[in-house]
Amino acid sequence: MTALCDRTGHDLAAALRAGEVSAAEILAATTARIEAVDARVGAFLTRTGDLAARQAATVDARLAAGEAAALPAVAGIPLALKDVLTTRGVRTTAGSRILEPYVPPYDCTAWERLAAAGSVLVGKTNCDEFAMGSSNENSAYAPVRNPWNLDTVPGGSSGGSAAAVAAGEAVWALGTDTGGSVRQPAALCGVVGLKPTYGLVSRYGLIAFASSLDHVGTFTRDVRDAATLLSAIAGHDPRDATSLPEPAGDYVRGLEDGVRGLRVGVVEEWLSMEGIQPGVRDAVSAALDRLEGLGASVVPVRLPHADYALSAYYLIAPAECSSNLARYDGVRYGARAAGAADVVEMNARTRGAGFGDEVKRRIMLGTYALSAGYYDAYYGQAQKVRTLVIRDFEAAFGQVDVIASPTSPTTAFRLGERTGDPLAMYLSDIFTIPANLAGVPGISIPCGLADGLPVGFQLMGRLRDEATVLRAARALEDAIGFAARPPLVAGLPA
Amino acid sequence: MGDAATTAGPVAGTDTAYETVIGLECHVELSTRTKMFCGCRNEFGAPPNTNVCPVCLGHPGTLPVPNERAIESIVRIGLAFDCEIAPHSLFHRKNYFYPDMPKNFQISQYDLPICVGGHLDVEVDGEGRRIGITRVHMEEDTGKTTHAGATGRIAGADYALEDYNRAGVPLVEIVSEPDLRSPAEARAYLTELRATLLALGVSDVRMEEGSLRCDANISVRPVGHPEFGTKVEIKNMNSIRSVERALRHEQERQVGVLAGGGRVVQETRHFDETTGTTTSMRSKEEAFDYRYFPEPDLSPLEPDPAWVERLRAELPELPAARRRRFEQRYAVPPAQAATLAADHAWAAFFEEAAAGADPRLVANWMTGDLAGLLNEAGIELAGAKVGPRHLTALARLLADGTISSAGAKAALAEAFATGEAIEAVVRARGLAQVSDEGALTAVVDEVIAENPGPVEQFRGGKEGALNALIGPVMKKTGGSANPQVVRDLLRARLSR
Repeated sequence: MTALCDRTGHDLAAALRAGEVSAAEILAATTARIEAVDARVGAFLTRTGDLAARQAATVDARLAAGEAAALPAVAGIPLALKDVLTTRGVRTTAGSRILEPYVPPYDCTAWERLAAAGSVLVGKTNCDEFAMGSSNENSAYAPVRNPWNLDTVPGGSSGGSAAAVAAGEAVWALGTDTGGSVRQPAALCGVVGLKPTYGLVSRYGLIAFASSLDHVGTFTRDVRDAATLLSAIAGHDPRDATSLPEPAGDYVRGLEDGVRGLRVGVVEEWLSMEGIQPGVRDAVSAALDRLEGLGASVVPVRLPHADYALSAYYLIAPAECSSNLARYDGVRYGARAAGAADVVEMNARTRGAGFGDEVKRRIMLGTYALSAGYYDAYYGQAQKVRTLVIRDFEAAFGQVDVIASPTSPTTAFRLGERTGDPLAMYLSDIFTIPANLAGVPGISIPCGLADGLPVGFQLMGRLRDEATVLRAARALEDAIGFAARPPLVAGLPA
Repeated sequence: MGDAATTAGPVAGTDTAYETVIGLECHVELSTRTKMFCGCRNEFGAPPNTNVCPVCLGHPGTLPVPNERAIESIVRIGLAFDCEIAPHSLFHRKNYFYPDMPKNFQISQYDLPICVGGHLDVEVDGEGRRIGITRVHMEEDTGKTTHAGATGRIAGADYALEDYNRAGVPLVEIVSEPDLRSPAEARAYLTELRATLLALGVSDVRMEEGSLRCDANISVRPVGHPEFGTKVEIKNMNSIRSVERALRHEQERQVGVLAGGGRVVQETRHFDETTGTTTSMRSKEEAFDYRYFPEPDLSPLEPDPAWVERLRAELPELPAARRRRFEQRYAVPPAQAATLAADHAWAAFFEEAAAGADPRLVANWMTGDLAGLLNEAGIELAGAKVGPRHLTALARLLADGTISSAGAKAALAEAFATGEAIEAVVRARGLAQVSDEGALTAVVDEVIAENPGPVEQFRGGKEGALNALIGPVMKKTGGSANPQVVRDLLRARLSR
């Protein structure tokens, strides 16, 4: 039998309503799992056991009062939040020393909505510092380890959230995706990672890395849970001026409608490119065959400017980051270096001690890219490329309904393997970055194992067309029937 | 006054006449209820750090949401200056570190401001001039740093205190073309600008409270030179008068430098209110690189043309038009018309009072005695106890001879203090003039008897001698006699 903490959210929600289980029992199982494995996985930076217990008790009280029918779908289900999402009264570090003492006075919109719906928060998850990284090794606190193989990385930057869901330390989790930071760790940890359309989920309370690329996304055990969690957090937020105007939809509706007649585009160069792991290519090709078998047509599409997407991303994201991170100066909140003679020295010492190497690298790159005399050649040029990438997607989506690709060129790599080579690290996100530049939705679902490690299959869709992306992902998930579990978890008693 | 276009004139020892070129950059805090990008109250003088929230303190993860009223205000300002309202404009981030700026960048506008290419018509010494407005753009204000310790200035301060109440207050920057040719023109421009903004009701434009701030760019060049001279930026002027003073000083300084064979250095200079001089703050080489880039947290501003046209149609009468109307319709002299038209409260007060009495008398007493009383009491017209009805009554009683100027002066002062009706004050204080000939004849005869000299002179044909007799009559009646009646009476008695 599957342990409570390893079941899906919708399965647990049904069991709660049927009176088979209580929210307290689900939480207890999840807490026990955290106790059992987190010393090895390192998914959490801050645990919120007392808060979770109160929230679970509230849900149980409502169930006892006969309110099951009125209970939102996410009620009573243990959730983890990436530590770049602010939580009122709960320390939020962004994986950085500079925010080590920071306790936000407000909730991010996504968590505010989930909390109001009865969600149970078990903790804040580890991540790359300010969400900058693809392996979680840039956390200022500790790396996260992949539950499938503790010597490998979980991906990043939302590595803690991905690992927590994979290891049963949370039933589902929120992360953020600026260049692939939900989809890539989801792929490496064998879970479902969804990055919705830019603006569909409010960024209010998402500690900014690169504002025009940052998205809140979900980690779940299956596609139905992704649709459920998205439905709970999506919709217009007056506190985010880039938030889309429409209210949240019900993304579960139509999920089982299948892919017959669906046109699936494949960028052939991506599958044949150098650096793609053969096992990844094979699993993705097999998944494409399954889609055809389900009645979809698989056709080649071109994204001619996608080759430049990575370069453009590494100008735009650092430029925005250099400005977004300027506020961490020791004046108003967070860490402040002691012993400075004046404010300039205090700023410099605080930032010198508070930021890690990768963050400093990107601040410097971005500052340079925006400097007088360089702006046009770097930031300006990158924005033009971004426009071309957006047009590529528009053209492609004139021919196909979704675009399929590997989520990442490789499976989980070993800790330390790429830390000395930032460029190799950056290549982990080569297939995920275009969707961030264009703002289109993307999902990663597990499509098999290569050498015992999960392979992620990415589907991208038109702006605001989450419905089609989720429907296609659900059909494929069902056909693949990925049931493998991380050895770490498989060895534990149910 | 009296700065001609070639203000500086020929300098002693040279034959060169210099022309001054000035452009002004004004910052105006809008008087919206809330701040530019959050819901905090926008108010002056609250205890430090009480009008703050996570957004205006720049907390991690917070986002700006534009204040619609502020956008409406800046569009109205642009329309009042006849600017083009850009169909597409952008917010940019201006990046620099300063502790009073919570995010260490200011949300501002850069190459695509919302209002471009307008003008403001000003009058100097009766001559009209059209001053170009380059742009009007929207931004947010910073907080306020107080350097604490021995000197109160940055150098030598022990620590600094930050008050973020002002951080995020909507701020409009209005940049003029280098069209101003003298400090007096700069003053006239600022006065007109202030009056226009007051008429729009978008700001209280108080330089002493910082809701209107002004930096000036000034250069001089030999008359006839096609190119501008090297410009200097002047900061820290906290009244319209100090702008004029600073510019006068700087104009002389620059002419002195050039006349002495030197070169003006491009720099920013600080105006010292007490000495009336400018001193160097930083040179061009020390200028910042603000690394402007489009604010990714905000969408482009694309105002609906129909909305803009509605705002245009709803613009109030602006001071220039009002001034012309006051001169033409009410026959008020230009200087008084300018004063009355400059301020919405004054103009409304005037028109209401003038509806029931001689407008010229109303204008005269408003800009004279009433302005003096307000100034003395240190209050605004809106807070005064006298209203338009008082001025109507005052002008009527003056016109029909019930009170003299002296009586009117006393009556207005009393009403200003108590709020009582002018008629009641005149009655209670016995300020009505004595126009009854019967009551005055005895006094007139008395004065004639006591002043044989002037009587002789008048009878000898010296008309002016009559004044020497009127004075004593007024004195004996305690100022209550109607001078015209006294004059007529004296003439009648003496010619008999």
